[in-house]
Amino acid sequence: MTDATTSRASNATPELAPSEATMERLVASAHQTAGPYWHLVDFPEWADTTRHFADNLPEGGQRITVTGVVRDGTGAPVTDALVEIWHADPAGRYPDGNGDPTAFQGYGRCATDKEGRFRFVTLKPGPVPVGPHAGANAMQAPHMAVALFARGLLQHLSTRLYFEGEALNETDPVLRAVPEARRGTMIAKPAGNGAWTLDLRLQGEGETVWMAV
Amino acid sequence: MSEVVHGYRRPDPATQPPLNSPAYGSTAARHPKQPLLELPHTPTETSSPLFTAARYPELADLTVLENGAGQAMGERIIVGGRLTDEDGRPVRHAMVEVWQANAAGRYNHEGDTHDAPLDPNFLGRGRVFTDENGFYRYVTIRPGAYPWRNHHNAWRPNHIHYSLFGSGFAQRMITQMYFPGDPLLPLDPIFNTVSDEAARNRLVSTFDLELTQPERALGYRFDIVLRGREATPMEDDHHD
Ligand SMILES: [Fe+2]
Repeated sequence: MTDATTSRASNATPELAPSEATMERLVASAHQTAGPYWHLVDFPEWADTTRHFADNLPEGGQRITVTGVVRDGTGAPVTDALVEIWHADPAGRYPDGNGDPTAFQGYGRCATDKEGRFRFVTLKPGPVPVGPHAGANAMQAPHMAVALFARGLLQHLSTRLYFEGEALNETDPVLRAVPEARRGTMIAKPAGNGAWTLDLRLQGEGETVWMAV
Repeated sequence: MSEVVHGYRRPDPATQPPLNSPAYGSTAARHPKQPLLELPHTPTETSSPLFTAARYPELADLTVLENGAGQAMGERIIVGGRLTDEDGRPVRHAMVEVWQANAAGRYNHEGDTHDAPLDPNFLGRGRVFTDENGFYRYVTIRPGAYPWRNHHNAWRPNHIHYSLFGSGFAQRMITQMYFPGDPLLPLDPIFNTVSDEAARNRLVSTFDLELTQPERALGYRFDIVLRGREATPMEDDHHD
């Protein structure tokens, strides 16, 4: 790759300003399945994003659990899946890339158990801006990105988890792009005491809305 | 504001495996049947967790256990390469996780029932971080082939699993690195799910004499490319 960069650069005619044509264009590597033995990089404590914070949770942080069962097209539990979540902090902020590595971040990883169940402990995220292309006041409802890897998944599956009862759910641009009849597959239900549940269905009846991210 | 990332480019489908691949039996009941919804990229997709070696310690030599009791069996190799995006930008300080079978083709995993010996000195997992230029490197044992029951006489080619994070969660990727000249590659349904031949072959590492260390180990180079950024909309250049 280093060699390619060098030769591309020397081939470029000097009078040309840097442009798309002279930029190095590579192609993203292909995904491959995580397979059934990915647990070699499983660390069960990663399912608790609050683990570094003992008693000093970030301000406004509401501790929640998120659980669910992953099922395949036959309705059988998926017992070898790797589930990841990624979400904003309680104020709706993400790390900026140069951020404080000791600050809270809503990244969790959890293996499904023999019943196909995952369980995360985390802080409820706040509303997140739609992004730099939308107005500063355009907000997304509180949500988590969910990534699911497993044997039989050549690329991971992606969806989002929203929280039932959030007013912003009515205007969230991603939820609104989903046919109403299927929105419920992305909206977790409260089970009391900060517990939220959402099952994931890979295929078939009640199939989760999976997204091309 | 040049660092504001609006989103990432969408892949050419031929360069990525499909979710439904009949030759790989496990996809049958696990691939979605509904079309995927195209998700516009928002800060959720353009941000990523930050991993540091302080909290996620490196394990760059898989051939010795932390207690240093003994050496793993098999052919010691050095694997290294560069992690960039599609524009050649190095992905700096990125966490690279790897896992693999031992030299006999057996994973140190309770689910692996292949009748091949476990190696008490080999766990088969590693973690390293890329440097300023996106380079990573670790020392391991060349993994063995193993049978996997997908079809009659099915054997996975030698491979090392990789898990990667970029600067946006939309760049998240798990893949596999293969070895050059492996006779099992043309027979492997997982490798061959990538229809574009060049894309497939980029998953095959190359023997590298520069990574090779005299009197120690052969070197294999494996570069990995994460999705590139979408062109930044021009309005960034306008000032009212
Ligand atoms: Fe494997």
